[in-house]
Amino acid sequence: MSSALKEAVIELREDDALRITREALQGGADPLDIVAACREAMDVIGQRFADGEAFIPELIMAGEIMSGITAELKPYLKAEGSGGKLGTVVMCTVQGDIHDIGKDIVVTMLDIAGFEVVDLGVDVPVAKVVDSVRESGAQVVGLSGLLTVAFDSMKATVAALDEAGLRGQVKVMLGGAPVTDAVVEYAGADAWGKDAVDAVELARQWTGGAS
Amino acid sequence: MTLPDNWSELTPDQRLQWRLDAWQNIPIEFASPEVAQEYRDRVQLYRDVLAGKKPATVPIAPWIGLLPFRFYGHTAKQAYYDYEIFKEDWFRFHEETRPDGIGLTLGIVPGKLFDILDYRLYTWPGHGTPDDTCYQYSEQEWMKGDEYAALIQDPGSYWQRSYLPRVFGAMEPFSMLPPWTDLVEIPFTAPFFAGFSAPPVKEMLQKLAEAGDAAMEWLQAAMAADGRVMATLGIPQTAGGATKAPYDTLGDTMRGTRGLMLDKFRQPENVKAAMERLVPQSVDWARRSNDMTGNPIVFIPIHKGADGFMSDADFKELYWPTFKAVLLGLIEEGLVPWVFVEGSYNERLEVIADEEIPAHRMIWMFDATDMQRAKEIVGKRQCIGGNVPAALFAMGTPEEMDAYVKGLLETTAQDGGFILSSGIVLDEADPAAYKAFIEAGRKYGR
Repeated sequence: MSSALKEAVIELREDDALRITREALQGGADPLDIVAACREAMDVIGQRFADGEAFIPELIMAGEIMSGITAELKPYLKAEGSGGKLGTVVMCTVQGDIHDIGKDIVVTMLDIAGFEVVDLGVDVPVAKVVDSVRESGAQVVGLSGLLTVAFDSMKATVAALDEAGLRGQVKVMLGGAPVTDAVVEYAGADAWGKDAVDAVELARQWTGGAS
Repeated sequence: MTLPDNWSELTPDQRLQWRLDAWQNIPIEFASPEVAQEYRDRVQLYRDVLAGKKPATVPIAPWIGLLPFRFYGHTAKQAYYDYEIFKEDWFRFHEETRPDGIGLTLGIVPGKLFDILDYRLYTWPGHGTPDDTCYQYSEQEWMKGDEYAALIQDPGSYWQRSYLPRVFGAMEPFSMLPPWTDLVEIPFTAPFFAGFSAPPVKEMLQKLAEAGDAAMEWLQAAMAADGRVMATLGIPQTAGGATKAPYDTLGDTMRGTRGLMLDKFRQPENVKAAMERLVPQSVDWARRSNDMTGNPIVFIPIHKGADGFMSDADFKELYWPTFKAVLLGLIEEGLVPWVFVEGSYNERLEVIADEEIPAHRMIWMFDATDMQRAKEIVGKRQCIGGNVPAALFAMGTPEEMDAYVKGLLETTAQDGGFILSSGIVLDEADPAAYKAFIEAGRKYGR
């Protein structure tokens, strides 16, 4: 089952992937084996993305298949705590910007990679990020933005984390088309990533998770 | 502008020359003969770079959005709602910075119009966006995934009865009305019009009339603003019409980026058929505006085919064929596509250098694309331009800006065929960096 499922996900055959999952579950398969097969498949897709062989549509379609499989798995999975998670990441598109596609892909990829992800959505006020980091005990904050106005919001968010005494506890990564090293420096962040694969890699490094 | 009677007999090349002449000899009253000459000289810069020749100076045509209002202490909301501020700041900016083309006037949009129409496709200051932020798409599946057949069968009816009622609150009652194509013979006319007696439809018609007045008020302000820049500064408008690539029409404002990306896997044939259906209207839209304005440039912002947004194979098979058909349709009419390539296009250069598109007929403006390769691959057939990065405008020092523009022009502009511009529409810039951009363009563009 798991190799057939893995293959179907990698090849983005949505109907097949869902059918194999349903049949396996009905046949008494261990839901955790299905989760493992999905994770392996997503690693392959992530690698293809990093190698320039898969692109945003493939990531989004893979994420869509994951959502479908997760829905199938739900009745079979016991309530899962965050005990087995690699760490917690607070993600948002910063204040003044409502672009969500890049941010959503990063959220999906972090989730599949095994992180607890707190997705605050778009146009997120600085105070909300601070509160969320405090409540979740996150180790990583991901700030996304496509507009140049986002640079100032990123800077304000980092400054607010600093002011709240939380800056020592979190690493801040930036993402979005116009982001460069200069923006990282301007905002006082720690690093930036050009895509979701970079984001997962940074989060793994910062939380000590194996790559 | 009235086209000559023998238009249908003219070749695309004759049409192009006719339109360029009309643009260069625009029938407005200039402040002085010197200003009129400056205007004609500036249009000549574009004629030269379009023809692949070396111009007297490299034309400087940055994409200007909210920048003037930032410079003079006004918010986006003021720019969108107060037309006196719009006109004054717009003129002052062009007077003080003297670019070779007027900014994107159509992008300084009338807030009042969207209030009346209850526009849901966008947020704007006071309506979901802070007072000092540009309008933004509210991407949703405004067209549902199971509506391709309706769109393909009759785009006009689909727009009127399904799409518009969703994106404009004021147009919801259109969904209650039959399609106009029902109106064919006298016995069927009364049943058709009975729908117009419904109170929500009457209210809608009233609102649309108010929207018309609001649009006209803005249009007069915009024409006055641009008219003053042209007449007293001799700076031409750089776009006389606009259109979009069919894939972007579907992806930007109908199915949404995500919806269309999923459709590519789930119903690829429908996506292709819908894009093919959108080609003629994409050409016709631009042609009508350009005929009216007398300016041959067609502004085409493109989005969803950028590097990373799809594979090379999908770009070749899905994005490019219908976009190319639009470009060829425009060129056939003697129009000049001026494509604003957002994001990076490093993987697309060989495809867009397509030899079936006649040489020296269009302009490719790039953002984050490798300009040396763009010059080598696309620049040998068409005019290129653009590329000064947003981050440099926002955070660069004047020295960094000077060095960047110098390097860019050395790489791309030595033998002509290049327009200096920003990589993105500028809503923000450090004033010193912006000044350095213009000065460097003048210094190294000779």
